[in-house]
Amino acid sequence: MTDATQSPAQGSLSAYDAHTAKRNTAEKRFRAYGLTAIVIALTLLVILFTTIIRSGAPAFTRTVVEIDFTLTTPQFEAAEKKLLKTKEYNMLFAGFVADAISDGALDQAAVAASLERILGKVGGDIRTHYRANPGDLDTPVAFELSTSSRAEQYLAGDITRDTLVDSRFLTAADLDVIDRMKDAGFIKTALDTTFLFGADAGVDNPGGAGIGVAVIGSFFMMLVVLVVSLPVAVAASIYLEEFAPQNWFTDLIEVNISNLAAVPSIVFGILGLAVFIQFAHLPQSSPIVGGLVLALMTLPTIIIATRAALKAVPPSIRDAALGLGASKTQAVFHHVLPLAAPGILTGTIIGLAQALGETAPLLLIGMVGFVAREYPDGLVSGFTDANSAMPAQIYTWASRADPGFYEKAWGGIIILLIFLLSMNIIAIILRKRFERRW
Amino acid sequence: MLDNTIYNERLDTMNDVKISARGVNVFYADTHAIKDVDVDIKDKMVTSFIGPSGCGKSTFLRCLNRMNDTIDICRVTGDIRMDGQDINAKEVDPVQLRAKVGMVFQKPNPFPKSIYDNVSYGPRIHGMARTKAEMDEIVEKSLRRGALWDEVKDRLHAPGTGLSGGQQQRLCIARAVATEPQVLLMDEPCSALDPIATAQIEELIEELRQNFSVVIVTHSMQQAARVSQRTAFFHLGNLVEYGETGQIFTNPTDSRTESYITGRIG
Amino acid sequence: MSVTFLLLILVGLAVVGFFFGRARALSTVQGDTRRLHSLPQYYGAHVAIFAFVPAAILLCLWLAILPAINGFLTQNALDPSDIPEGRDVSLVMEEVKQVAAGLDKAVAAGTITAQEADQPEQIIDDLRARFGAAGVALGGDVRLSVLQAATTLRDARATQRTVLTVLLIATALAGFVWAARQITPDHRARTSVEFSIKVLLIASALVAILTTVGIILSLIFNTVEFFRMFPAADFFFGMTWQPSFQGESYLGIIPLLWGTLYISLVALIVAVPIGLFAAVYLSEYAGPRTRSVVKPLLEILAGIPTIVYGLFALLTVGPLLVDVFGKDGLLGVTWMGGGTSVMTAGLVMGIMLIPFVSSLSDDIINAVPQSLRDGSYGLGATRSETIKTVILPAALPGIVGAILLAASRAVGETMIVVLGAGAAARLDLNPFEAMTTVTAKIVSQLTGDVSFDSPEAMVAFALGMTLFVITLGLNVLALRIVRKYREQYD
Repeated sequence: MTDATQSPAQGSLSAYDAHTAKRNTAEKRFRAYGLTAIVIALTLLVILFTTIIRSGAPAFTRTVVEIDFTLTTPQFEAAEKKLLKTKEYNMLFAGFVADAISDGALDQAAVAASLERILGKVGGDIRTHYRANPGDLDTPVAFELSTSSRAEQYLAGDITRDTLVDSRFLTAADLDVIDRMKDAGFIKTALDTTFLFGADAGVDNPGGAGIGVAVIGSFFMMLVVLVVSLPVAVAASIYLEEFAPQNWFTDLIEVNISNLAAVPSIVFGILGLAVFIQFAHLPQSSPIVGGLVLALMTLPTIIIATRAALKAVPPSIRDAALGLGASKTQAVFHHVLPLAAPGILTGTIIGLAQALGETAPLLLIGMVGFVAREYPDGLVSGFTDANSAMPAQIYTWASRADPGFYEKAWGGIIILLIFLLSMNIIAIILRKRFERRW
Repeated sequence: MLDNTIYNERLDTMNDVKISARGVNVFYADTHAIKDVDVDIKDKMVTSFIGPSGCGKSTFLRCLNRMNDTIDICRVTGDIRMDGQDINAKEVDPVQLRAKVGMVFQKPNPFPKSIYDNVSYGPRIHGMARTKAEMDEIVEKSLRRGALWDEVKDRLHAPGTGLSGGQQQRLCIARAVATEPQVLLMDEPCSALDPIATAQIEELIEELRQNFSVVIVTHSMQQAARVSQRTAFFHLGNLVEYGETGQIFTNPTDSRTESYITGRIG
Repeated sequence: MSVTFLLLILVGLAVVGFFFGRARALSTVQGDTRRLHSLPQYYGAHVAIFAFVPAAILLCLWLAILPAINGFLTQNALDPSDIPEGRDVSLVMEEVKQVAAGLDKAVAAGTITAQEADQPEQIIDDLRARFGAAGVALGGDVRLSVLQAATTLRDARATQRTVLTVLLIATALAGFVWAARQITPDHRARTSVEFSIKVLLIASALVAILTTVGIILSLIFNTVEFFRMFPAADFFFGMTWQPSFQGESYLGIIPLLWGTLYISLVALIVAVPIGLFAAVYLSEYAGPRTRSVVKPLLEILAGIPTIVYGLFALLTVGPLLVDVFGKDGLLGVTWMGGGTSVMTAGLVMGIMLIPFVSSLSDDIINAVPQSLRDGSYGLGATRSETIKTVILPAALPGIVGAILLAASRAVGETMIVVLGAGAAARLDLNPFEAMTTVTAKIVSQLTGDVSFDSPEAMVAFALGMTLFVITLGLNVLALRIVRKYREQYD
């Protein structure tokens, strides 16, 4: 101990004593803790995003069978004379496929049965095509046909020959057909437009579920949020920042705003349920109610951003206007507000992004647990008809029993994150572009 | 508010008085910033307020166009009359008063808009021009009065913030005279400027005197001596001495004034 | 006339008022705007405001009071014996309203003529079919008494519409004329308009207060209602949570609070060390380059919606934990039965809170004055010694505040626990067991078809009230601590 206390005074500057070495080790250790914390946090971020992308990407593609099918004129004429026309086309197609993949080793009827499970009834589509385009007869025509979700799961490896239980959806024989089609190069992947633009599907049809309707629901909700919360927030901020006298009433408003910012979102859901649905009888599950609730939630965010933007406008600008005989209102609306606009806009976009991802309040006002099947058929019904919203749709899918929906939920998250990311990027660009230093 | 008898008692019976202030007190919350000040500002003359920092000269200046109304905690008592009309009276709209009593600030504060928009803003909100041509005329006239026209006539739509410091201040003066005020208040208009720009502004003040009464607050006694006809010396919220500039600087009656102008206090 | 149409008339009057007021102001001074007190458009706006606002206020009041009056009228028209045994009056009232609305729709669709609609008793047997043709579905045949009440309601509404139209237009015109007559060159139109603007601004600021009032009222009313159906003592001190829709529910909040606190604790144990060390490293060690890269990256974690974390807990972390701690897992223990557990939700919530803790702590550490650091370095202390002995103790109150804020976030978090924590209310110490929280139960009791007359649904409001009080308390406390701390260095 005496050594340690004496050494700094006595030893050479370049000599390390044991105590300093210990202190330096402690220093390194402490620094390592900090670095570790950051590495852990960033690793978690990476894990989160790889999980999202890996699990969600398949939702954007679907597996299709693409076959260059040739129908001869005699075949067409013969088929049109049959009583069960589509069945005939099914058989013709199955025969064509059977020849193409097995050189006759597989029975045509068996292949037809398999194809019906893998691709659904294709005869109708084929017949419609040739009746509409008789010129395509005798030449190869590329047909792109969607596969059933079970077949897709087999191709993705979610179902294997070992785990397959024969059912009316898929049998072991079908797997042979699939394998042979795969070897023949008929199986391709294509962009899943159903997922991007479609509506939600029933609980047993994950393949047919799409997020399009929920995107529209979110869009209408964001419109409500924007129209309600932006003017109210800006007006409230102007009052608090420019006009409010210093008194208990102003303090009360300020305390209220800061507390609202910290109220759990679920409580806003309760508010929405009690006030907008129970009391005001607005339609349940509708974007207008969701939008109003989210608008109230977003209000503090926009108010805080707007006040910061107003504060950043130097008082000399107000003085200049007042000194010329502008009234206070004129000074604010002619000079201060336009100068604060970029900051307000940025805050608004960030507030909207927050609102877009918010889920909990939507659960309480009934935007989950049903099947949002239809696009709204007009502007008014867009606001008032029951609809889902992106996060609510994701939750609905995540809570369904069929694991096929999980992939859709992850896919939905990717879309949601793309929206959020673009909104934030716009906000950053706006801030960079219009930032004014005084 | 003083009642009329006292007012009449204290009123200098001079016809060329533009603004007369009697018994003005200003309080910032509990601080007594201006103590019972009486001043007469004469028409078509430059009056300068001098005194050490914090003596209340700027505060008093801001009473003259009721800019102090914009500060919550500030309270003004006493009687200030412009052409005999009480400017603090209930029926006076401070906004109209400020159009008649223009103000130029310490730091040049052009709006971040074009030069043209800066000058035309005042006339626009006061409805002074009926047509674009009239407005153009006002803008040109004001910029000429501000001795800025020749420098900016080719770039009227360039931002006002792009001008040099001295030009910005002259723009602010042009902007202030565009509303055709009768009195122009200047709160240390040269303190942010270099000597050359200062000289230009001082020259301008001399010209402005032809049309307006000018009140200028300044830290520089030389400047006060150069530009003003009358000088008021403030100290610790009191008006110590007020009179002809020459007399104040050569033969002050109060010892505090003397100490200040000879550099012993302040 | 419909309300929309009336509003359009008011807007139209306001527009006319604007141009009229402006023109009149200009004509009083023969077009010389310099002689006007205010700019001409302020005179226009003055007239427009007086034409529109009083009438609009009247309309709002009218719409607010009317349903009550009509309800009273219709109820009087109904014979008490018309209300079937055991059925609520409000249900019959709904039926009446539905029939009245149906009549209107059917007339609009042309399946019933206007004359028939005035005396619908004559076509009562045919009514359901005709309604159906107009796209109005009824639950059953229309009863005569209901139909008569509906007719009363329709008659009342028709009268009211006439009265309202006349009243509104009269008010608007009166406002118009009054404001227009005021116009003289000296009239302070700008002051008047600016007063209206200021009222509007104040009203907007009041929305914040109204929201809080709305939250508190909706919680209090429904909570009181709940305590009428269910004893408060059993709610606050009950050790069992077992709602059952056949009655005999146990609705004790203790297991839910336990789950909430346990999960929040796990989350804080994850988030606080990582967040705090990250903040210390970023503010004391990292160069500006690292800071500018790492900080935004951490903020991405904060910007991710909670539903994403919820899904991550349910589908990734849960199964992963089962692979380690569950049956046939890596450790060969059977601590975990299913994917949902305190651990699952807590870990993921911890990830969510990392940026929250780190950015708050970063602000607080940066608020410690440089002079304190310099003093310590000047004595030969290393960085870590300075941090441990000078900066952290100085920043401690602020950091405690930050942790409390994080705790309040954790307590109020919903999506992660709904998806990751499980549904079973349990008082258990095993963190690998599924438990549930206050927020999760609010969701489960209030989703689906809610009837507001069962304690099983209403309990959600009492839970919400508890949650609101807890988070508010934590926030107020935290903000107070942080503010005190800031003042110390200001």
